[in-house]
This record gives sequence, C-alpha cells and structure tokens, in this order.
Amino acid sequence: MFSGVMVNAWVAGSVVAVVAGTVGFFTVVRGSAFVAHAVPNGSFAGAAAASLAGVNALLGLGVFSLLSALGIGWLSRRGRPDVATALVLTFMLGLGALFLSFGSEYEPQVYSLLFGDVLGVSSRELVPTLALGAVCVLVVTLVLRPLLVTSMLPEVARAHGVSVATMEIVFLIVVALATTMTVPLVGTLLLFSLMIGAPAAARAVTNRPLPAIALSVALAVATIWIAIAAAYATGFPVGFFVGATSALSYAFGRLWRAPRRGARPSRW
Amino acid sequence: MNRLLVPVFAPGFFTSGPVHTALAVGTAVAIVCGAVGVFAVVRGQSFAAETLSDVGAAGGSVSFLVGLAPLWGFLAAGAGAATVMELIGIQRPRGRDLAAGIVLGASLGLAALFLYLVATYHGTSGATIGVLFGSLFAVDPSAIPAVVALSVVSAGLVGLLQRPLLLSSLSPDLAHARGISVRFVGAIYLLALAVSVALAALTIGAILGTALLIGPAATALRLTRHPGRAMLLSGAIGVLAVWAGVVLSYDSYLWPPRGRGWPVSFFVVASVLVFYVGSAVFARSRHGRRSAGRS
Amino acid sequence: MSSPLLALEKVEARLGGRPVLREVSFAIEPGEFTGLIGSNGAGKTTLLRVILGLHAPTSGSVLIDGRPRARRAMPGAVGYVPQKFLLDPDVPLRARDLVGLGLDGHRLGLPLPSRDRRERVEKALAAVGAESFADARVGELSGGEQQRVLIAHALIGRPRLLLLDEPLASLDLGSGREIVSLLHRLSRAHGIAVFISAHEINPLLGAMDRVVYIAAGRVASGSTGEVVRSEVLSRLYGQHVDVLNVHGRVIVVAGEGDPADPGADFKLTHADARTAS
Repeated sequence: MFSGVMVNAWVAGSVVAVVAGTVGFFTVVRGSAFVAHAVPNGSFAGAAAASLAGVNALLGLGVFSLLSALGIGWLSRRGRPDVATALVLTFMLGLGALFLSFGSEYEPQVYSLLFGDVLGVSSRELVPTLALGAVCVLVVTLVLRPLLVTSMLPEVARAHGVSVATMEIVFLIVVALATTMTVPLVGTLLLFSLMIGAPAAARAVTNRPLPAIALSVALAVATIWIAIAAAYATGFPVGFFVGATSALSYAFGRLWRAPRRGARPSRW
Repeated sequence: MNRLLVPVFAPGFFTSGPVHTALAVGTAVAIVCGAVGVFAVVRGQSFAAETLSDVGAAGGSVSFLVGLAPLWGFLAAGAGAATVMELIGIQRPRGRDLAAGIVLGASLGLAALFLYLVATYHGTSGATIGVLFGSLFAVDPSAIPAVVALSVVSAGLVGLLQRPLLLSSLSPDLAHARGISVRFVGAIYLLALAVSVALAALTIGAILGTALLIGPAATALRLTRHPGRAMLLSGAIGVLAVWAGVVLSYDSYLWPPRGRGWPVSFFVVASVLVFYVGSAVFARSRHGRRSAGRS
Repeated sequence: MSSPLLALEKVEARLGGRPVLREVSFAIEPGEFTGLIGSNGAGKTTLLRVILGLHAPTSGSVLIDGRPRARRAMPGAVGYVPQKFLLDPDVPLRARDLVGLGLDGHRLGLPLPSRDRRERVEKALAAVGAESFADARVGELSGGEQQRVLIAHALIGRPRLLLLDEPLASLDLGSGREIVSLLHRLSRAHGIAVFISAHEINPLLGAMDRVVYIAAGRVASGSTGEVVRSEVLSRLYGQHVDVLNVHGRVIVVAGEGDPADPGADFKLTHADARTAS
C-alpha cells in the first residue's frame, strides 16, 4: 500500500490534511462554514472545464475556486448574499455536469470529482499540490495573529488598526488554494467534512488557539491516513471514509465538551 | 403558427412519452416547491433544505442498490432526517451550521459508498448522475400519480397553514400568544419541506434540488411582499423554469455533442438563476436609485 | 501649555444620511476620568468610533496630542473596550490569550514566546484581578469577568487614553461599581485618561473628573457641577429638564413646560456651561 502510485496519495494526502486542518480551523472559528461548502461547488465547474479542454485539472480548479471565493466575498459585502450565492454555486455544479456530459467518461468523472479518488493526484499534479500547500502554510503563518484577531474579535481588531476586510480577502484566497489542492483526492462534496470535522473536535478539547490549530492539523492528517488506508484495503471510496471519520471526530468533540458545559469554577 | 413553434420545439417534442412524463412531474414538483420554498426563505431554513437534500442523496443511492425507485429513497431519508432535526431542535442557531454540515458530509459519504456498490455489484451505470443530477426524462410514468399526490398534499398543508406559519416564522412569541402551537406548525412544515426536497431531488437531482426550492421563491419574494401572491408567483416561476429546462434539453439533442443532449437539470438551474437575476435587476430599476447599503 | 490629550473641534458626523453628531467640541487632559453620558441613540457609540478613527466625520477635527487623527486606527495610542462582545463559548481562546493579543494581535509572522511578553500579560491580568480565571475560555466568563479581561487587553499596550463603550450596560450594580473603581484606580496609578460612555450617570459620579453630556448629537462638557444642572441640560435637550440631587445621587427627569426648539445657533461649550446661571 505504500509503493508505486499510492506514494502520491500518501504524500499529497498529508499535505492536503495539513492545509485543510489549518484553513478549516479558521473557517470554523469565523463561522464561515458556508464558504467551505460553496467554494468547492464552484471549483467543480473548473475541474470539468479543465477536463474538457485537456488542461491540468489543478488549473481549472484553481481559477474557479479563486473566482468563487472572491465572488462570495464580494457578494456578501453587498448584503443579502445567501440566495444569490447559493443559486450561482448550484448553477456552477450544473455547469460542471454539463461540461462533463460532453466528454466520454461522464459518470466516472462526475463520481471522482464529487467524491474523490485515492489515485486522484497524478504524478504530474504532485509537485503543484505540494507547492500550493507550501504557499498556504506560509501565508497563514505570516498573517496568523491578525487573522486570529479578526476571526475572533472583529470589533477589537478594527480598533487595533487591523483591516478586517483585508484579512477576509486573504482568508478567501487561502480557502480557494486549499480547495484546489484537496478536491482531486477528497472530492468537492466531502472537502467540507475534512475541513470542519477536525477543527470542531480540536476546539472542544483545548482552550488555547495555537494548540487548537495544531490539534486540528493532527486530526485532519489522521483522518486522511485512515481514509487512504481504508480505501486501499476495501476499494470503497476515500470520500466515504473522510465523511465518516470527520463525523466521528465531531461527535467526539461534542461528547468531550458535554460534561464540562455549565460547570464553571465559582467566582464572583 | 406551426412555423413559429418549429424553431423552439424540436420535432417530436409534443408526442414524446418521456417529455410528457417530464412535464407532468416537473410541473407538479415546481408548484409545490414554489409554495413550500417561500416559507423556507422566510424562515431562513435554506440550510435545512440543503441538509435534507444531501441526506436524500444517500437515500436515493440506497434505492438504486435495492432496486427501488429513487423517489422512495429520497423520501425515506428526508423524512428520517426531518424527524431527527425536529427531535434535536433545529431552532438553536449556535453550532447548528456545523452540526448540519457534519450530517451532510456523512450522508454524502454514505452516498459515495452506496453508489460505488451499485456500480460494482449491479453494473448499473447512470446511478451517480441520476441520484445527484437527476434524470427527469428517465422517470417512470407510473410514478406520476405518487408525485402528484405528494405534491398536492404538501402544497395543501402549507396552503392551509399559511397564516399560522407566517406568524410563527416572523415571531414565535406573537404566535404563541395567539394560541398557535409553534412546535406543531414547525414540525408539519418540516415534513412538507422534506417531501418537497425529495420531489425536487427526483426532478433535478439531490445536489441541485435546492435551487428549485429556493430560487423561484426568492425571486417571487423580490417582486411581491404578499405571501399568498408570492407562493403563486413562485410556483409559476418554477413551472416556467422547468418547462424551459425540458424544452431546451430536448432541443439540445440536435446541438453539438452528437445527439446526446444537454442535461435537463442544467437548463432548469440556469433558468432559475436567470429569473432571479432578472428580478433583482427589475426590482432595482423600479426603485430608481442604488440601494444605500453601506453604513 | 501642553495640548490636551484629546481634542474635538466642531465635529459633525452622519450615519445612514442622518446627522448624528452636531458641532461636537470638547477636550480631555491627560489622566482625566471622563464620563460620556447620554441615552440610547444620542450618538455615544458614533462619537467613540469617530475618536477611534472607525467613522469619518463630515467636518471638524479630532486631535490626539495636538496631532490630527490618522484615518486608520493606530495600535497603542488609544485602548478600546467595545460594547458588545459575545464570544462563542466554543471558540478556543483563553482570557490570557486575549490579553496577549492586545500586545501583538496586529503583528505578522509567528508569535515567539518570550518571557517579557509573558510577564506583561501576567501584570495586566493582575492589574484587573483576572488571575483566577486567566486560563478559562473567554466565551465562558461572566459579563463582569469578560469586562475585566477586555480592560486588561486594552491596557497592556500602555495606551494613554482608554475608551470604553457602555461597559456597565450589561452588569449588575455591584459588578458595575467594581469595574468603575478598578478603572479609577488604574487611571490614577498609570496616568491613563479614561473616557467611558454610559446611559446612567450615578455609577460614575464618584470617579469622574469631567462629564460630557450628549443629547441628540450635541454635547455639553465640563465638571459635573457645571454640566449636570437643570438649566444646562434643559438647553441641551431642548425641553424642560429637572436635575434633582438626592443623597449625593443625581436624578434627571423631564419636567413640565414647552419643548423648545434648540435653534440653529445652539452651542454649548465649556464657557457656556460655566456661565449658565
């Protein structure tokens, strides 16, 4: 399971998990679950278009993810975004289906784009994936504190001179990059699970932001490893294992926190 | 008159069996989704519709696995999910999106598994497309009575309950004060929503279905504030979108990719989007000036 | 003569097209404890936002240390404790972390743990009496506890001016009193000017050096004795207002009489308040 084509899966999967865990943490803390759900839909059309044009899928994914992410940001600044955003993104899904229907492998391609493919990261895509991962990690490291402050305390952040709007754009771009990297392996429909399951558990376990991010990354990596191994062993789709493991992580987090809720040390 | 029709309707349109079925099913579904969708938008329950839809995907896949018509799978899964949502109380906003997202993800993962099993053990092709993107032209005509019955019941429920529903959506406290059981009305509505979601999934697929539910409703609400009128308008818009979708998809058999036709669901969703954008432009021009949204 | 720490000169501001601040002028000296008193909708929050640089005035000037206020908020010079602060109990952020972010929340790059930083955080926490819950989640603290942590967060950057937007609004009387005395202590100990908005003047009476009374976008500023009087407040509100002193507390009530139109040349400044008989 560790040789040949599977090497790509392990390497890419690990990098993907690190990015998903990090970006997912901020998604959860910012309450932007919607973004993590919507951007992959947009990227689906990009991947389909790329496939039709015979171009590297990552290119299609990247361009459409970026456009979707920034589009969502732009629309949400205009107020009442939900319906417009949802409709446009559903349209993107339909568009992707349309593009794929022109090709000769309609069904298998739809399946692997939506639900992921253990072998989804080909050798030609491995290096770009790693590069994207490095960029994501670098950017997040650089803006870690302003991003944290604007995510958790926007009012206070403004008073400190941190531009909430700028951080929002940075966040959206990072989400777009993370989406681009993750879709070939995990699929557009299950990417969301990977991004929120691990952070949801992590934040339940620890009170401190940096350890929470680290734990989120660790859980995401564990999720991917389990999913890849299980997919290899059973032949079942990797997306199924991602969804299931993420759900278990989330449940674990809820249970961990449950007895503590409401029990606070007595103070004045 | 015929000369006018020919460019719009490709030959054989009016006599084709699948087209009749598609139109019948699509019309019924569009009407009920229009009515129910208005309240989904008013109650801010689009996320619930999304969740129900994705859980339905798992149900639809199971149907294929056991050889049932997908409609029953969508329905069962949706009804089950609605019951659970009702029991754990979806009113609490905190953490709701996250919980819904996890459920959604798990359901889609299950759908992935089931569809894989279908492809492996039944060798059926088209299950993935059918469940997720719909296959309106492939619906069995024998399903029409069930679809119509479900549509009538759901639309009827929402129609009968529209005033208590409206009041409890706007202010649960006010509704309570008038003796309305907010919980009961909410539960009934959730059921109607689940049925509509299943019907929409049958029409344009589990991951596109919410467009038919939310789009025409949101469009209608931009054009009128009156809920009753909004429900009617929303149904009409939905029907238009579905018809446009069916016509264009049928015509597209003659278009580029060699006699395969473009997916119906694509045209329906595109039409819904066009109508929504159109209504936004129309509403804005009616007001004359740009909305001063910035504080 | 050194310039005042904060000086507003004829500041006008609008919100959503409506005028919210009209010809607001007053000054705060270093180390002064000033209350901004007014009812809801009088313009308190807008005024604070103008001072912070978060809202651009349509005319007039805001000078900090004699220099015009930069368009973007500057970290360090002015500390800010916001009004609404409902942090999700699920968010992993300890009180200690929140205070630390007051020091370097705006810096790029990885936070390097340093003894100096840790000590400053400890000192800030101790100054507000938050040591016992420093490691608890901010979202799980009570209102009063959160208020203390926010004050520590604002103070750790050693600002010379501390702005608080209605910190007492959601606190019970006891907690409110504790917060005011804490702020008073800190102000005296470190020479920090405190500008605290409230809709009730009594909790602040013992601590204030100066009061800025705001009504319908206009202000009257001066010492409590100068401003909190029937004549002055009547002119400010544009209708008859009675100020009653009972056991050292102040009660402001609308009285009988015709509401008077303030008029276009209505201005109340330091000088006016002092000479109003």
